[in-house]
Amino acid sequence: MSRLSLQRWRRQLFGSVPDTVLSLGLGALMAWAAWGFLHWAFGQAQWLVVRANAATLAIGRYPEAQEWRLWLLLGMLVSLTGLSWGLLRGRGGAAAPGWPLNDRIAAALLGLLTLGLPPLLAFGAINQGRLLCLLGLLLLLRTLAGRWGNHPWGQRLAKGWPLVWAGAYLLGLWLIGGGLGLTPVRPSDWGGLLFTLLITSLTLLLALPLGVLLALGRRSELPLLRWVSVAYIEVIRGAPLITLLFLGQNLVGFLLPGGLAPDRVWRAAAVLTGFAAAYVAEAVRGGLNAVPRGQLEASRSLGLSTAQTLALVVLPQALKVALPALVGQCIALLQDTTLLSIIGLFDLLGIARSVLANPDWLGRYAEVYLVLAVLYWGSCAALSLGSRALEQRLSSNNLRPSHR
Amino acid sequence: MTALPWWRDSRKLGWLVQAAVGLGLLVVVALLLSNLEQNLTRAGLRLTLGWLNQPAGFDIAETLLPYKASDSYGRALAAGLVNTLRVVGIGLVLSTALGVVAGAASFSTNPLLRGLSRTYVEVVRNIPLLLQLVFWYFAVFLTLPPANQAVQLPGLQLAKSGVYLLGARLVNGELVGGWRLSLELAALLTGLVIYSAAFIAEVVRGGIASVPRGQWEAAESLGLKPLATLRLVVLPQALRVIVPGLNSQYISLAKNSSLAVAIGYPDLYAVAETTLNQTGRGIEVFLLLMVVYLGLDLCISLLMNGVERLVHLKDR
Amino acid sequence: MRSFSRTPAALLLGLLFGLGGCASDQGPGPGSGRLAAIKARGSLTCGVDGKLPGFSYQASDGKYVGMDVDVCRALAAALFNDPNKVEYRELTSSERFTALASGEVDVLSRNTTRTLSRDATGGNGLEFAPTIYYDGQGVMVPVASGITSLKQLAGKTICTENGTTTELNLADRFREKGIPYTPVKYQTGDQTYAAYLQGRCAAVTSDRSQLAAKKTSFPDPEAHTLLPDVLSKEPLGPVTVNNDSGLGDALRWVVFASMQAEESGITSKNIKEKLAFAKANPNQADLRRFLGVEGELGQQLGLSADFVPRIIASVGNYGEIYSRNVGSESKLKLDRGLNRSYKDGGLIYSPPFR
Repeated sequence: MSRLSLQRWRRQLFGSVPDTVLSLGLGALMAWAAWGFLHWAFGQAQWLVVRANAATLAIGRYPEAQEWRLWLLLGMLVSLTGLSWGLLRGRGGAAAPGWPLNDRIAAALLGLLTLGLPPLLAFGAINQGRLLCLLGLLLLLRTLAGRWGNHPWGQRLAKGWPLVWAGAYLLGLWLIGGGLGLTPVRPSDWGGLLFTLLITSLTLLLALPLGVLLALGRRSELPLLRWVSVAYIEVIRGAPLITLLFLGQNLVGFLLPGGLAPDRVWRAAAVLTGFAAAYVAEAVRGGLNAVPRGQLEASRSLGLSTAQTLALVVLPQALKVALPALVGQCIALLQDTTLLSIIGLFDLLGIARSVLANPDWLGRYAEVYLVLAVLYWGSCAALSLGSRALEQRLSSNNLRPSHR
Repeated sequence: MTALPWWRDSRKLGWLVQAAVGLGLLVVVALLLSNLEQNLTRAGLRLTLGWLNQPAGFDIAETLLPYKASDSYGRALAAGLVNTLRVVGIGLVLSTALGVVAGAASFSTNPLLRGLSRTYVEVVRNIPLLLQLVFWYFAVFLTLPPANQAVQLPGLQLAKSGVYLLGARLVNGELVGGWRLSLELAALLTGLVIYSAAFIAEVVRGGIASVPRGQWEAAESLGLKPLATLRLVVLPQALRVIVPGLNSQYISLAKNSSLAVAIGYPDLYAVAETTLNQTGRGIEVFLLLMVVYLGLDLCISLLMNGVERLVHLKDR
Repeated sequence: MRSFSRTPAALLLGLLFGLGGCASDQGPGPGSGRLAAIKARGSLTCGVDGKLPGFSYQASDGKYVGMDVDVCRALAAALFNDPNKVEYRELTSSERFTALASGEVDVLSRNTTRTLSRDATGGNGLEFAPTIYYDGQGVMVPVASGITSLKQLAGKTICTENGTTTELNLADRFREKGIPYTPVKYQTGDQTYAAYLQGRCAAVTSDRSQLAAKKTSFPDPEAHTLLPDVLSKEPLGPVTVNNDSGLGDALRWVVFASMQAEESGITSKNIKEKLAFAKANPNQADLRRFLGVEGELGQQLGLSADFVPRIIASVGNYGEIYSRNVGSESKLKLDRGLNRSYKDGGLIYSPPFR
């Protein structure tokens, strides 16, 4: 640090008497809290509960005999991530070869995690080996894709890449659920982190189109569509999620013929989708309001139909503006999946609570909840960091979301 | 001029679309309602509110509204509602206070204070509320020592029998006197306030940041200290932006109070769930819950609209 | 502006309420072929607790075991000759009745207490099969607390589970005796016992069989004891919905079959000899009717003629079910008490099979 900034710090921290007192007081408080936490974490806490239940927390009660499918899924995801990473970087062409600093830091962190965490969590040697192989695969594919990203057919591949991810998602669903050749695994056996990620991604994918439709309906000139959309959005946004989940669990059976009742997991997913759609609709509405009216009029004067206007002119701009709010909704949805534990489903929090209900692990709440907090915080913070990066990249446009 | 074919006439098309959507909705609603009636008849139930007058038979752990087990279900639900209102009321006040302090602290000249405020907001916002609530209740409040070894803080005494404010004395190994909060209420308030305050701090920060820098500089050139600037010049202008944000945060708080069911506090949702179990009246209880929560949101919105009119700056 | 758009939302809900209230009061319809639907489907869906040792519990190999589970297996054996054609759904006490009423499960076998308001059409509208376990509500306290009677619980907290007859009985009994107390209610049994073990409450209350079952899994079972007071009668048994007499009758007589088998001395071990004996001797009228060798008892219920041998062969008689799950051969070692056959002074009694 240069002498100037050191002086500035000193001035800010100790400039006046109240400032000094405040700084010293806060400093002492933070040091005491840090020492207390470290003393607890390395002295009194018993981390065995996390080691013994790591598999349960990760995949719930998934049958052991079918775990190979999850490893296959993980391998597929890792390969695709590596290829995507490489393709994204390789698009800069010869001007940006090799590994920029951020990539090297990321690779180092991943290496550290893969080498350090599994032994702590008492994974067997086989699993540790598998994880190392996966890491190697990731880095290898990243290098290969980066080198050939600027190739002609690399660019063709990049254009169709979203389709590859969509296909991979469906393949992943098949691997997890089974059927059509694989032993079916009931949704009530999916649990833990696997279940949370699955429900979040599925709900988000279904809620986005529904939310866009609702937002468009809310702005429609046709009074019936407008009133129905407004009624739906306002009722859903005014109700606590737990009440709606309660509706889904207890009352859907009454509303369907002959006692037909889909699995509780699908009912909860349907309720979450409907819930998220209302909030997505509000976020998209802000984006739609930000698109200048002139765009609509210009496309009309060019002879584009309503559908074409929406698809080609309005929605792309609106969604770009609404993207930060949409990512915020994604984070909120990830946090809302914890409510599934109240209705008895085994998402990450639910399975943690059932582990803690086992008298063997009585009283080990702090350890387990702390691990969970780190997991959730990591995911949400990563998403919001990504959102901020996107926001900065898009701030070159002059459009801002508004809620007239 | 030749008439427009119907598929290119936007007015006719509009009516057609509405008719189609309306018909579709009507068919779906009719189907659902007929299934509902069929299933209810098969199960021998009928939609009615008469059961609200029957004696409830269960006790509620803590109520402000006087209630005994021989009172009616209606009174039990009312007691639950009063509990919810108590949590929401105290929660609103405390979280606003903490949120304003945290939001203002992020503009402090002291980098430690700034960093602390930012860390608090970033950490708390990204951890789910339910996880925080069960953490506070099971990992912190349930591990408090018994009454005769109560944790002593200034003005506060924490023990397994509850949280005692304002002077409780130890009598025969038990704490009596003062204002007592049950463990459940204390944990619920702690979790809710800390979580909501983080969001309110963001709202306040956005509001203060929206005030042009020129206002700060002008106030400083007039000789006002930072705290006075905040109080007299910046906050009144920032409130214009803050109040709508506060509105949505308050509604969130009211809805989040329903998570009390996970830690054993008898709020409206918890009592409603008990009522459902004892009476089997799923549909009626659900509709009652929706009406009450929507009503609560409406009240909060009306209140904040009034506040907005109060702080509305009269432009020249 | 936004506050006004909530008004149509509230109006919409009010309209829904009104429409619902207009639903006409139709009397109970004819028996709704639930039994036929189950037979067509090929498997039975059973609602259970899933976390109660002795009644319904998932063993380490993933299979469900327990008394409630055995009732479902008996019914499946009677219907499909295969006790494993059952799908189990774990239900919390909050959702068990709505799951049954909405048809999500065919039978609720979840240690449910038989009460008037649950049986009556004006109440929950359920139909109870015969009681398989005569229980009573009890209170468990730590031995170290020195509490030996209910009066010593005055002013203390008692942990209980939400949505059960337990909390109602607790309120009634303590009000009757004039003992003030504070209830703390949790959503699931697990949380209730965890809070009790952590010292949140001075006592925990539930059915005595459940308390004994949970005690075996505590870290130090000997440090806890059940008070001698019995707060209520808790006759536990499986349940179906009203207006479904086909399934209700079949379930009822499946349960009675296991009780009658114990009374007649037929076990899963000697069922084959008894069957051969019945077929060979035409003057053993009771036995032949019971085992379906003659007569049409099974068909009258919509089951097969040999439904009783199927049941006995797969789950055994009542005595075997009891001792295997909660009695002398299990970890719980609960005394049979009121659950003995009437010949031994208990309440287990089957009407005649004719």
